[in-house]
This record gives sequence, C-alpha cells and structure tokens, in this order.
Amino acid sequence: MERIALLSPVCSPRLQNYPLYIRSVPTENELKFHYTVHTSLDVVDEKISAMGKALVDQRELYLGLLYPTEDYKVYGYVTNSKVKFVMVVDSSNTALRDNEIRSMFRKLHNSYTDIMCNPFYNPGDCIHSRAFDNMVTSMMMQYVK
Amino acid sequence: MEPGAAAAPALLLPLSEAEQQCYAELFARCRPGPAPEAAAGGSGVAELFRASQLPADALHQITELCGAKRVGYFGPAQFYVALKLIAAAQSGLPVQLESIKSELPLPRFVALKNDSEMRYGTPAEIHGAKCQIPHTALDKNSFKRADEGDKLQETKSPPMSPIGSPPASPSSYQRVPLSYGYSKSRSGHEQKHGASYESRHSAHQQDESAVGNYGAKSAHGQLSRSLSAEKEPQDSSSNYSDDPWRITEEQRDYYLNQFKTLQPDLNSFISGTVAKNFFTKSKLPIPELSHIWELSDVDCDGALTLAEFCAAFHLIVARKNGYPLPDKLPETLLPDYLQTASLKPIRDCALFDSYSESLPVSQQTRDFNRTELETVCEDPTNSEPLILFDVMTSVIEPKTSIEEVSDKSALIQAANSDDKQALKISTTAKTIPKEFQHLAVKTVAHETNTLKARPRSRSYSSTSIEDAMKKGEEPPTPPPRPQKSHSRASSLDLNKIFQQTTQAVRSGWLPPPPALPPRPFVSQVPLVANTEPATQPKSSYVDFRVPEQTEQVSEIELHPQMNRVPPQIEESSPTKKEILPTQPPSKPIRRKFRPENQMLENQELSPTISVTSSLPAVKSHHPVQKQSSKQKRAIQTAIRKNKEANAVLARLNSELQQQLKEVHKERIALETQLEQLRPVTVL
Repeated sequence: MERIALLSPVCSPRLQNYPLYIRSVPTENELKFHYTVHTSLDVVDEKISAMGKALVDQRELYLGLLYPTEDYKVYGYVTNSKVKFVMVVDSSNTALRDNEIRSMFRKLHNSYTDIMCNPFYNPGDCIHSRAFDNMVTSMMMQYVK
Repeated sequence: MEPGAAAAPALLLPLSEAEQQCYAELFARCRPGPAPEAAAGGSGVAELFRASQLPADALHQITELCGAKRVGYFGPAQFYVALKLIAAAQSGLPVQLESIKSELPLPRFVALKNDSEMRYGTPAEIHGAKCQIPHTALDKNSFKRADEGDKLQETKSPPMSPIGSPPASPSSYQRVPLSYGYSKSRSGHEQKHGASYESRHSAHQQDESAVGNYGAKSAHGQLSRSLSAEKEPQDSSSNYSDDPWRITEEQRDYYLNQFKTLQPDLNSFISGTVAKNFFTKSKLPIPELSHIWELSDVDCDGALTLAEFCAAFHLIVARKNGYPLPDKLPETLLPDYLQTASLKPIRDCALFDSYSESLPVSQQTRDFNRTELETVCEDPTNSEPLILFDVMTSVIEPKTSIEEVSDKSALIQAANSDDKQALKISTTAKTIPKEFQHLAVKTVAHETNTLKARPRSRSYSSTSIEDAMKKGEEPPTPPPRPQKSHSRASSLDLNKIFQQTTQAVRSGWLPPPPALPPRPFVSQVPLVANTEPATQPKSSYVDFRVPEQTEQVSEIELHPQMNRVPPQIEESSPTKKEILPTQPPSKPIRRKFRPENQMLENQELSPTISVTSSLPAVKSHHPVQKQSSKQKRAIQTAIRKNKEANAVLARLNSELQQQLKEVHKERIALETQLEQLRPVTVL
C-alpha cells in the first residue's frame, strides 16, 4: 500500500508554524501524518538555521531527506519566504528518487506562487484553491501508482 | 409512425434522475391544476414545444408519437414522451420512439423572456442538468414575429410571475402565440413550458379538433408563422443558443468600458489589488472570487489583461446569475479566444441584421417585456440577487438581435420607442440590489437621462460609457491660478494705486517736480552698502534706478515706488544679518512684481524717495491737488502699513539675532569640549 505525500506548506511568520495545506493519499492514518509533519518541522528549522545567512538558491531550498524513520521518509523544502513544504513518503515506495522529489517540490512551489498571485489570497490563509488541489492530486496520483 | 396507443403506455422511458426532475417540473408548469394526473395545459405545452425550436413538422410528429393526439390531451406519460422526443430531435435523432430509448441530453428550450437570465442557471443547477438556456436575443425575435398582429398586453401579466404558473387559461388559446411569448418571457422554467406549448402547437397544426384542450384554430396560423420564424433564428443562433459562457457583444462592450474605468490603456494590465477591490464590490464570497481569479488569470501574473478581465467579469456575472463556477475555464472565455472573438462582432451583426426589421413591430412585445420586467423584478420571490449586470444582460440579450445592427445610430432612431422600456429598466434596475454601487447609481441616473439617446440595453452600456466618461471628467478644473499679485500688506493698495496710476498716466499728467531726484542718490548709498544677499535685489534696483532717474516719472507712480522703496531701505539699514531673514521673503515678491509691471517698477525703483520728500512734492503740485490728496492719503496708509510691517520684522530680526548668538555660544562650547576630549579618545 502506498502511503505518500502528506504535504503541508507551513508558513512561519512570527515563528509560528501552522499548516496552510495538508493532503495525504490515501487518507487513513492522517493524524499520524500530521504528527510526523509537525515533528519534522524541528528538523527543518534546524536545517534552515544551519545554513545561516547563506545565499538562498534553488539547491538550498530543497532540504532533502530530513530523516528516515521506521517506515517513512520525510523530505523538506523551504521557500525564500520561509514557507515550508514537507513531504512524507512511505519507505516502501523505493521508486521515488531524489530527482522526482525535487521536481515535485518545484511544482508545488510553482503552484504556490500562482496562488500568491491571486489578490484574493491573503498570505497566511489556508489554501483552498481548486487549482492547487488539482495539481496536488494529479501529482500524487502520478507518483503513488 | 407507430400508433401512439401502442407506443405511449407501453413505452418504458428510461428517464435519468435529472430528466425526471426536469420533466416533472415542466409538466407542473404546464398543467393548469394541482392534480398530478391532470393534463398539461395546452397553451403551456404548445409554448414549450415551440420553445424547443424544432421545426413544425417535427413537433407534429412528436405530438403524434407521444400519444397526445390520440388521447386528446397531454397526460404525464404523453408529456414525458414528448419531452424525450424533443430531446432526441434536438440531438439530431429522428423523431421515432426508438430514438428515445437511449440516453439523451435534456431537451433544450429557448428562453425567450427578457429576464430569462434570472433563471438561467437556477433550473440547471437545481436539476444538475444541462437545460441550456440560449441567449434570449433570437428567441425574442422569433417571439416578436409570432406576436405580429397580436395584442399581448392583457394576457401577459398573469403568467409573468416568475414562479412560473402555467400561463394559460383556456381563453389564452387564441393567445397561444401570446402565451408562447409568455413562456419565453418567463424565466428558466419556460423551458418546460415551451415543450408543452410546442406540443400544443403541433397538435394544432396536425389536427385542430383532435385534442380537446387545444383550441383556437385562429391561433394556428400564427403558431405556424411563429414556428417558421423560429427556424430562421434557430439556424443562425445555433452557435449561441445555449452557451452561457459565451460573451455577447453588449456584454463585451460593457466589460470593455469597465476595464477602461480601471485602466484607460486597453493594452495594459489591471493590477491585482485594483481588480480585487473592483470585484469585491460584486459581493460574491471571497473564495468564489478567488476561484474566479484563478480561472481567469491564465498566465498567473497577478494582473488581468483585457481578455482576462472580460473572462473574470463574465464569470462573476454568471455566478451571480446562479451558474456554478466551472473547474476549468470554458474555452469561450480563454484569453486567446476572447481576443480573436473581438473580431467577431461584424459577423454577429450581420446575423442579426435580419431582426432589425422586427423593430417597429416589436412595440407591443417591448411593452410586454417591460411589464414583464416590472412584474418579475417586483416579485419578492425572485430571490436571486440581481446585480446590475444581470439586468443588463437580460436586457441586452433580447436586444442583442436588434442591437447588433452594426450601425448603432440607426438603432437609436428605430428604438426611440424603447425609451419607455428603458425607463422601466431603469426602474427595475433601481429595485435590483445594487451590488456594483459605483455603477448602479450612475447607471440609473444616466438611464433616465439617456433614454432618448439609446435603446434599452444600450442605455446600460452607454451609461457605463458615460460613467467612464464622467469619471474622466470628474477631475475638477484646477482652480484658477492665483493672479500674480503683490503679497505684501500694501499690495492691494499698491494695486489700486497702480490702477490709478495708469489712469493718471493716461490722463496726461505732468511729471512731478524735480525735487525727487536728489533723494535716490542718498538712498542708494545705504543700499549699495548692503550685504550680498541684499545687494542682489538691490543692485537690480540700483540698475533700474540709474536709468530711471533720467526718466520723467509721474508723481503718482513715484508714490508707490516710494512706498516700496522706503521699506527696502529700512530693511537694508539694519545689520547685515538682520537683513538676511527679511530679504529673502521680500525678494521673490519684488521679483515677481517686476515682470508684471516692468514699466512701473522701473519707474518705481528710480529714486528712493523718502516719504517726507515725496509729500511735499505731492503737495506742491497744485493743479491736481484733489486727486493727489486722495492718492496721498492712500500712500500714507500704505506707508503706515509698511512701517508696521517693518517694526514687526525688525523685532523678529532682533529675536533671531539673539538666537543666533546663543547658538554660536553653544557651538563654541561644544567645540572646546571636543578638543578637550580628543586627546582622551585617541588613547
């Protein structure tokens, strides 16, 4: 069974990390995913601070494998505006390579910027965009199969 | 054709959920009584059938097949079969009973009412069906043709209720075309009525006596006429008949004008915030607006081009009308499509040219529509909040066929009769909740003003244009520039004096006696001795003075000079520093004044004559003593004012001097401190 991709761009203004968007396929054990994401935030923060004031380029936006746990891997990605994307992938899914994860994050980032272009979206709101949902769904379907 | 007896009862129609709902509603509309088994009202059925825009013979066939002819009325079974047959016919299938056994889209009934768009989406949404509502333009045309020669007014009011009560009393038989018009004018439910009407109509045509409810044969001819008329519009309107996502020309013009109000350059963008504020006025919920934005901003740049703006606007209009928002932008709203579509209007106009001739005949129908609108709009059960656009689109659509004549001016002339309707539209517009406040208010006001100039739907677009224009005119004309005048206290007097001076000059006054000349030299000395800032204006004065001394100056002209010069002199007399604060403010004044009254100034500047010296000079001039005394008094008051100003400035001067000294002391103290501390900091 493939369990993949609990995505949550987590915005951190004022040092508050709260999820803007969470999605998981399939949808059982969602709570566990939430917990995983939340705990992984610490790792993300650690990585960000470790980078210090380093130049921010694409490479460093992708944080790579945050940590592997029993049966899943967590990948992280942070944008220039400190919005964090966290992806939890089932460990049994070995087909997913680093490149693919990167490309997924890039797509997520692009979709997120599209959302930001929408004047009706206030940064910090939860994301309800249908286009974003569709993109995420298609992406997850593509990789979960 | 199979005999209806065998067909209708034995036919097990596979009706989908949506179909069942749709048909049930249509049937409910058509039947006169509450009894579920009662037959559908003949007129309603006939209208409905006609609204399906099928050719007459097809409708005949349908009526035969469904068994209404046989049993003599439209029972529920017959009605449903008829509807299904209509759907089949509209899908292009032959009118046979076999064709209806398959899955078919819902039958489409042309919405012919002016405010049909009010119901545009509601039935569609309710049923989740694709009861497509074509633009009313063509239907109206066909309706008008059908109503040629008919007086519709009386029967129109009752069925106007948007709830869609069945239109007819049996007496409306003769008015089948009228009730046909009724159904057309009614909102979305008219679709259902249309079917019933059509069936009636076809029943008429095939066998007047066959169906009990069917009636007046006199209506027959009219119906056939109307049907034949329908064919014509139907063919040409097939492109536009059922696409709510297609922007009509009037709508496009309206959007264009709205775009202009936000961004005058049509090739440029509307920024996100501007668009957000604008669309927020539509009072749609923010998530929906957000979705609309996502759909319409194709390039995701946070700004809307004209095409994107039109698409967004259209989506808002549609949403307001009750249409559900699509998940994907319909192709007719794609920016590419819209941009190419902007070239289409000519073609559309040509299509609709044929309908312009129906204009003169359409008086009655117009009145009908007007009353309809009134009734409908006043109906409290009309729950859909209509934005101005709705009314506009509703108004526009029936007019589209008329309006699309490429030459709008011709329409204006032809549509003068529409003024009343436009007036009514404006009243209805008032009743409609004004979501777009900025537009609505002005539109209403404009409508009453522009009725004569524009036909109904035009009035909306014209009002929007006028709104845009008005906004353009709104920047008030800048206040008239302040005249260059002397801003000093004595300016008024001086001005008056100058005026008098010029008059005096003209009157040919003799120059003042030569007692004046020595003075300027005396005053020149202190002037020359002034500091640099003072010398600047002074030197100019001096320069002027030198040549002017040789000039013959009228006495009066000298007076104002004297008035001005003494203050100058007095100002220059204090210490240099004191002059500094006072000189700059006076400099520009004098300079400004100079170009205006160059001649006068030249003359003024000439001798720096003291007041006292001038006075005797004035007094010595006997012949014009009266005038001179008046002037003298004026001059004296001016002098007094100058002196007061002087005193004030002198006080100010001294105070500033004090402050300056204190500041100097502080500075010196700080400098010494710094020097004392310096060796310490070096370590």
